[in-house]
Amino acid sequence: MDVIQLAWWQLALAALMVVALAGCTAAMRLGMSRSLLIAAARTVIQLALVGLVLEALFAAERLVWVTLMALGMLLIAGREVMARQKRRLLGGWAFGIGTVAMFLSSFTVTVLTLTVIIGPEPWYRPQYAIPLLGMMLGNTMTGVALALDRLTDTAWRQRAVIENRLMLGQRWQEAVGDIRREAMRSGLMPMINAMAAAGVVSLPGMMTGQILAGSPPALAVKYQILVMFTITLGTGFGTLAAVAVGSRRLFDGRQRLRLDRLSAPKA
Amino acid sequence: MPATDVLRLERLAISELSGVELTLAPAEILCLSGASGSGKSRLLRAVADLEPHGGKALLGDLDQASLPAHEWRARVMLVPAESHWWADSVGEHLSQADPADLKALGFTPEVLDWQVARLSSGEKQRLALLRAISREPSALLLDEPTANLDDATTRRVETWLVERIRERGWPTLWVAHDAAQIARVANHHWRIEGAELAEVPTWT
Repeated sequence: MDVIQLAWWQLALAALMVVALAGCTAAMRLGMSRSLLIAAARTVIQLALVGLVLEALFAAERLVWVTLMALGMLLIAGREVMARQKRRLLGGWAFGIGTVAMFLSSFTVTVLTLTVIIGPEPWYRPQYAIPLLGMMLGNTMTGVALALDRLTDTAWRQRAVIENRLMLGQRWQEAVGDIRREAMRSGLMPMINAMAAAGVVSLPGMMTGQILAGSPPALAVKYQILVMFTITLGTGFGTLAAVAVGSRRLFDGRQRLRLDRLSAPKA
Repeated sequence: MPATDVLRLERLAISELSGVELTLAPAEILCLSGASGSGKSRLLRAVADLEPHGGKALLGDLDQASLPAHEWRARVMLVPAESHWWADSVGEHLSQADPADLKALGFTPEVLDWQVARLSSGEKQRLALLRAISREPSALLLDEPTANLDDATTRRVETWLVERIRERGWPTLWVAHDAAQIARVANHHWRIEGAELAEVPTWT
């Protein structure tokens, strides 16, 4: 493959333009030049570190290291899912439900894609496994976080409606059914929109990268389709599982709505 | 056929109230009064098993804890002071409404096609009572069932409720403020005073 090499000084030129933008925002008193520069610096540091890790990982090509890396990514994604919820389940449930749901969906779909569909040798070859899992987790995280946030927030707002339905003798599944469906929908919506707009409105980043790296567009398109499908599967099943377990946790054994199991939002 | 089950509370405890012992015979109306914040509504919620509580509630021989919670609530039905609706039209909440009941409450059968959003608070309250009893419970827990109604409608709803309670034999726990209403409907009247429940003599 004949990718044009990029030197650090060439990146510095781009960085200089970001600094110029920060100067402009400072002049216009938008009050965000500081966070813009910090975010830009974080991009450089985080990606450079990941680059080092990936270099080492690719060189070693050992299942243990790939697994460790995958687990690390999962835990960070689980933390992120928790942080994005306004009212979260207490007692580690917010973290637990998100993480387990992502583990079940993302890991299963990634392993299946690697072993059955792509079939690299060995199946855990880091060049394929890590980027694939990264894209899966990144999107599943968004879906699960949106869905759980919607679930707990709506349950909080509609407490009286849910309880009135319980009073009329409905089961908890029925009393929270509308809210549960709404939450699942909001988790699935971003992926459906992304698939609908793919190629027409947006050129997906992975495909763009692959084309830049010199692979023929037809092959890049096939990979992109595969990745979109696997992401949708991961997000979909992850969201369904997280909402199913999360909504169960809103009720106790006597089917009472237990909003005391949710944390108060931070001011 | 009228219900024949007794509703019994044994050492029921919720928030400040504890050791509540009450027995309601079929078709008996027990009015419950007390200052606001004294725990009347929470007591009803405990009987409907909507809040964690101590002690026991029984309907006939059936222990609250021995039934799945939704089955217990379908039998011992709580009608809250403020009703809530989840679907767009009234009819979606009320599958079988007896035209006679609708008429007694001042509605025509067209009410089933009405949008919930256009109901007044008084209409909601009357329809919520109808919604509850159309599910054929075995006992009723009413939390200020006439709070949003004017005097004439209050009397009308009261008469209809008492008639149905007597006819179907529902033991009924009725939270009320108005002394005149209590005098009209209650077989017994209990008052919450602090952590105690005390019987107030009535003239029936």
